[in-house]
Amino acid sequence: MTPKKVVLRFPAEVSDKPLIYYLVKDYNLMVNILKANINPHKQGTMIMELSGDKFDAGIAFLESRGVNVQPLSEEIVRNEDRCISCGACTAICPSGALFVERPAMTVRFDGGKCVVCQLCTRACPIRAMEVKF
Amino acid sequence: MSIRTYAEINARLRKGNAVVVTAEEVVSMVREQGLTETARQVDVVTTGTFAPMCSSGVYLNFGHSAPRVKGHRITLNDVPAYGGLAAVDTYLGATAVPEDDPLNSTHPGEFRYGGGHVIHDLVAGKPVKLRVIGYGTDCYPRREIETYVTLDDLNEVVLFNPRNAYQNYNVAVNLGDSTLYTYMGVLKPRLGNAHYSTSGQLSPLLKDPYFRTIGIGTRIFLGGGIGYVVWNGTQHFPSVREGPVKGSVFAAGGTLTVLGDLKQMSPQWLVGASFLGYGATLVVGIGVPIPILDEEVLRYTALSDAELYAPVMDYNKAYPQRLSETLGLVSYAELKSGTIKINGQNVPTASMSSYSKAREIAGILKEWLLGGEFLLSEPAQLLPSPHAGLVGKPLEIKGPKEC
Repeated sequence: MTPKKVVLRFPAEVSDKPLIYYLVKDYNLMVNILKANINPHKQGTMIMELSGDKFDAGIAFLESRGVNVQPLSEEIVRNEDRCISCGACTAICPSGALFVERPAMTVRFDGGKCVVCQLCTRACPIRAMEVKF
Repeated sequence: MSIRTYAEINARLRKGNAVVVTAEEVVSMVREQGLTETARQVDVVTTGTFAPMCSSGVYLNFGHSAPRVKGHRITLNDVPAYGGLAAVDTYLGATAVPEDDPLNSTHPGEFRYGGGHVIHDLVAGKPVKLRVIGYGTDCYPRREIETYVTLDDLNEVVLFNPRNAYQNYNVAVNLGDSTLYTYMGVLKPRLGNAHYSTSGQLSPLLKDPYFRTIGIGTRIFLGGGIGYVVWNGTQHFPSVREGPVKGSVFAAGGTLTVLGDLKQMSPQWLVGASFLGYGATLVVGIGVPIPILDEEVLRYTALSDAELYAPVMDYNKAYPQRLSETLGLVSYAELKSGTIKINGQNVPTASMSSYSKAREIAGILKEWLLGGEFLLSEPAQLLPSPHAGLVGKPLEIKGPKEC
C-alpha cells in the first residue's frame, strides 16, 4: 500500500504521550515523520507518511486519544511560467523536491518528495512557489 | 594579428554566410579543432546572462497634464521614483520599495513589491498607478495627480542600468551559527550552502576579460530587445590573473552601464524579484556578441567552466565588515556540479543566476545575428581594460578638516 500523508494535530494534554510508538508496535504501521512541532503542554502538529494494513485502525486509535487527523491537503505548486530556473530554492529545500537537472541546469520540482515546509515560498526571489489548499 | 574587421563581419551577416556560435558551443569547437582553425571559421561568439542586477532602473517622461504639475514627489504603484529632474521626468530604481513597506521590522522582511516589479509590470503592458505631488508654481500650478498609465501612454521609457553584467561574483557562504538573509539568497549556518551568481562560461565579461571588443556603443541583447553599452559600469575595476590551474583565468571586477528602449523589451527578460530580508530588485537578461577579431579574442571566449574561477566569501563576517579575506577560489565546473569543498567540508551549491536562461539568451542573440537583422557596432571607445589599473576607493568616515 502506498504511504498516505496525514496531518496530526495534538491537543496540549496528549502532546507528551508516545502515541507514535503505539502506531508502530500495536498497529504495525510504517511511519515517516516529515515535519513535527511538538512541545510538552502545548498544542502540536505533525506531518507524516503512514502505511500498513492496519492504517484505518491506527487512525481510529489516534482519534480515540483526541488527536485530530486529516489528510495532507496543503500542497506546494510551482508556477511554471514564473520560474526562471535560477536555483535559489534548491539548496534550501530540505527534502530534495527542488533540484537542478544536469547538464540542462534547469530547476525541477518533484511534488511527491515535497513535505510542504514552505521554505521555498519565501526563498524564491520570483515568488514562483505557491501554497495550494 | 587581426583576421577580420567589424565591417567584414557585418557584410557576412548581411549576406547570411557568417558563422555565429554561442560561448558554450565555442568551447568544444576549440577543444576539437584548435584555436587557429576555429578562429578562421567563427565570426562571432554570443554570450548571455540572466541574473538579479540591483543597479538597474528606468527613466521616463509621463507627459504634461492640464493644468501642469511639477513632480516633486512621484510614485508608481506606490513605489517612490526620483523627483529631482524636470517637471515630468523621473527615474525609478529597481530596489525602491513603497514608503509603507514593513522593510526588515520583522526580520526577515519579504519585500514583495518594489521598483523591479513596477518595471516588470510596465514592460508587460499592465496599468500602473502614477501619483504626482507638486508644490505649485506659477508655471506648474497643479498640486496633485493620481492616474493610471501603461507603457504605451508614456512618452519615453528607457531602461538605464548603471551597473550590470558583473564580470564575476563572490560565492557566498555563511560561517556563522544562524541563517543569513542576503542578496545572495538564504545562507544556511555553518557552511550549509554556497550560492553563486554568474553564468560562468556564458558570462559576457568573463569571455572578453581584457575588453578587446566591448565598449561604448556595443549593440547588445537587453531585456529581450536591443540595447547598448553606454559606458563602463560603476565600480568597473577589472583585473585578470591566472587561476589555480595552469591556463585557467580568474577575472573579476568588470561591469557595464547599459541602456535601451523599454518599449521593445519583454517581461520574460526583465523580472521583478524579492530577496527575503534584503530587498527588491530586477532580474535582467543581457547578451553581448563578441566579434572574433583575432585568435587572442577567441582564446578567451573559449575558456570553459573548468578554467574560470570565482572567490568564496563569508557573508557572516568578511563581506559585511568589508574584510578582503576569501576562502579560496573554486571553478565554475565545481560550482555547477552541485557540491564544492570548503575547509574540508562538502557544501551544496546553488545559483542566483539562471544558467539555462543565459543559454537561451546566447541562442536568441545567435539567431538575431544569423537572421541579418542585428549587426555588430564597433565601439566608439573600448572600456578600460585591466591594464588601466582602476581600483576601488573605500569610503572613509571623516570630518571636513580631514579631507
